[in-house]
Amino acid sequence: MLGKVKNFPMATDHIVGIDLGTTNSLVAFMQGETPVVIPGDDGLNLLPSVVALDGNSQPIIGNAARNALIETPERAVYSIKRLMGRGVEDIQDELQLFPFRLAEDLQPGEVLRIKLGEKTFTPPEISALILRQLKRSAERFFGGPVTKAVITVPAYFNDAQRQATKDAGRIAGLEVLRLVNEPTAASLAYGLDKKQNGIVAVYDLGGGTFDISILKLHDGIFEVTATNGDTHLGGDDIDNLLITIALDDIRGDLGLDLHRNAEAVQAIRKAVIEAKIALSSQPSVKLDIELPGGKRYQREITRQQFEQLIQPVIDRTVGPCKQAMKDAGLKPEQIDEVVLVGGSTRIPKVRALVKELFRREPHTDLNPDEVVALGAAVQANILGGGSPATENMLLLDVTPLSLGIEVAGGVTDKIILRNSTIPASATQFYTTQVDGQANVAIHVLQGERELAEDCRSLARFDLKGIPPMAAGIPRVEVKFLIDANGILHVSAREQRSGKEAEIQVQPSYGLTDEQVESMILDSFDNAEEDFRRRQLVEARNEAATILSALEKGKKSPAWGQLTTDEKKQIAKMEKALAAANAEDDYAAIRKAIDALNQGTMRLAELMMDTAVSTALKGKTMDETDLGEGPTAPHPMAKAEFE
Amino acid sequence: MTKSALTTIGAKPLPEDTHSCWSCGSMRAAHFCGSCGKVQPPAPVDYFTFFGLPPKLNLDVAALERDFYELSRRLHPDLNATAGSKEQQWSLEQSSMLNDAYRTLRDPIKRTEYLLHLEGVALEEQSKTATEQARATGAIKKQIVPPDLLEEVFELNMELEELRKNRKTGEEDPALVAEIGKQKVLLETKYEALLEELKTHWTDWDSLIDRSQAGRAASVEELAKVTSKMVDVLNRRNYIRNLVRDVNAALEK
Repeated sequence: MLGKVKNFPMATDHIVGIDLGTTNSLVAFMQGETPVVIPGDDGLNLLPSVVALDGNSQPIIGNAARNALIETPERAVYSIKRLMGRGVEDIQDELQLFPFRLAEDLQPGEVLRIKLGEKTFTPPEISALILRQLKRSAERFFGGPVTKAVITVPAYFNDAQRQATKDAGRIAGLEVLRLVNEPTAASLAYGLDKKQNGIVAVYDLGGGTFDISILKLHDGIFEVTATNGDTHLGGDDIDNLLITIALDDIRGDLGLDLHRNAEAVQAIRKAVIEAKIALSSQPSVKLDIELPGGKRYQREITRQQFEQLIQPVIDRTVGPCKQAMKDAGLKPEQIDEVVLVGGSTRIPKVRALVKELFRREPHTDLNPDEVVALGAAVQANILGGGSPATENMLLLDVTPLSLGIEVAGGVTDKIILRNSTIPASATQFYTTQVDGQANVAIHVLQGERELAEDCRSLARFDLKGIPPMAAGIPRVEVKFLIDANGILHVSAREQRSGKEAEIQVQPSYGLTDEQVESMILDSFDNAEEDFRRRQLVEARNEAATILSALEKGKKSPAWGQLTTDEKKQIAKMEKALAAANAEDDYAAIRKAIDALNQGTMRLAELMMDTAVSTALKGKTMDETDLGEGPTAPHPMAKAEFE
Repeated sequence: MTKSALTTIGAKPLPEDTHSCWSCGSMRAAHFCGSCGKVQPPAPVDYFTFFGLPPKLNLDVAALERDFYELSRRLHPDLNATAGSKEQQWSLEQSSMLNDAYRTLRDPIKRTEYLLHLEGVALEEQSKTATEQARATGAIKKQIVPPDLLEEVFELNMELEELRKNRKTGEEDPALVAEIGKQKVLLETKYEALLEELKTHWTDWDSLIDRSQAGRAASVEELAKVTSKMVDVLNRRNYIRNLVRDVNAALEK
């Protein structure tokens, strides 16, 4: 790049890419030249974004929490992403459709708190629990702490929603190196092995959010030219339509009103989601749900009915797509490729809509559930200094919404327009209106509407400590800068005195630094201790696996082929491991495991040979008990931690 | 601000003390070190200077795009994420300035407005902000009707008034709607033509800059004569844009 051979840094600490989704979350990293998803301790790639409290008020996350959703719905929460960075007054629609239970003592202007059992949590704290679970999966995978991450957000997320996501990362003990827009991340995963130039549209319909991004690919530069979307549109909305129909049916046909029965609603939700998924591959599906009191709700849904039902929902994606094309100055025929992202794009009707909108067959080669996390891993690799696979790759993203300031008459004065490449900045000058005035208030807004009250309030800034001067004399230069995460920074300087003016920020929706700080302390101490404890438990499990495999090995014919000396050596190391395993020293156990692994290498080889020759003699492999020999892979032995 | 263009803008040399790279001490390029590649502290320069361009308005946009990509590869925060915090801050500032400069210079109107701003010429009268502010507050904004449009605007306003009256009484006059539509097309054609007119003034401006750089400095009066012509075109253009917007609004309702 600089006329020299580029040296790539050695991977000293692992930076992971995280897709913090409405429905599912994933963690991925760059393994050599390819991004791969890191499975959880259940061996699955997808971690359901569900959090619940068990009987001891300990958090459970993922599939385990999904069961709690049906058994103890008042102690569980899903789709928390819908509440990130939002105030109580703008979630009234959500409260109609989702079983979010707000804390009763919520004060106006306070960050939302959700009740889980007897405790309350802010949305960033709930997201942090999901992130921490992913962090643990990655730590188990690498066998060491993971502290840095790239996290994806919907492209159409505003400043408050982005800030809330970043806060969640910090609370989980992760340094968030970058927030990457989900459709852009997806394009990175697609672009990795197709380094061509052209215009790409990414249509991302997930569980709760919709994004459309249009990118120009140019020799490894991924330049977003326009983005649009709806942060409250996704598979959830389809589920809610189906739930409503089922509840109405049940009330009408069986005279049973289950609208307020949380357990029943969750059971219905689970069934309709399964039906929805089945309808992507079948012409019809039968719903059969057991109801409280032993009755059953049965109903057949044809794909045609389903498509008719969801048409209004998926039609809401058309406007943003057209606006994005208009903003990019492009006609559908100028777009070279269309990429589908998000689980909801598996619905044939959605694919048909995209095909009609962009007049071409969309790409579906990568798993729409995983492609965002894979792209995040690519971006994590670029931020870590790059590798041959990501050399020359650079993402130039945009801000999805215009940034404005409230001026006289309650009007929004736009200072950074939507679809501006970030980082982007704007400078404004302020003065005083009264002699000796020391403070000036600035109200920052985000949105496209002309009136301030129709835009999203981001924050109120108080410029303080302006030197006393006659009205109109001070000249305060305020610089607004949107960083590469899409997050706003503000700095101010009084030009006549050259003094840095103090800026006091009151975020309209969000946690203060101090609040985030205290939340980190609460969970971070635990996280460190958890990690050490987990490491120890894992090493113990691994030791037990090896020792029992060795017992089996001793009974195999291969054992007899070892020399007396070899047997003696193995016995010594076995004793050492057993001794270490009785103590709490992780490093000692680890060392003893490695030694025994090394020492039993020949035994393992002999066992393998024996097995092969036995097989040749007409026996099947099954009949030869190989046991879980020391060479059997065991980097991810299952372990219990909670 | 009555300073001449050439004293306020242009490819100024960097201040003496910033000639060498803070990291390796080599002579450096403006924004990054040509030797070790490190991002340098940002210098307070105008957008033309940032790209190493003279303050001329005829600009090779394809070359600008190439430079933008090239500089992005050096300055973007993603590529300096492992650098020290000081360098990361410089990278953020440099890269936001690069993006701001590129966004402004690649667009013919924004580029012209920016040059006029550097020249200390105010355009506020017809600006979008002023218009929106007036709309929202209900205040009557001073509208200077370009003289060559006086007659047409007068007629169009009469027709729009009649259309609104019709709408109130629920009447529909297809002939009137068609007539307004025709006027709108004419206005849009004029709007497009104004960009071409603006470009002739660009050429005048550029030749003054060329002449100055060849040693025969253009006088303040000569420069002001060209800038005032550009201001005139931009004002007429903005006026027509607002008018078309009003027509669209009236036709939609």
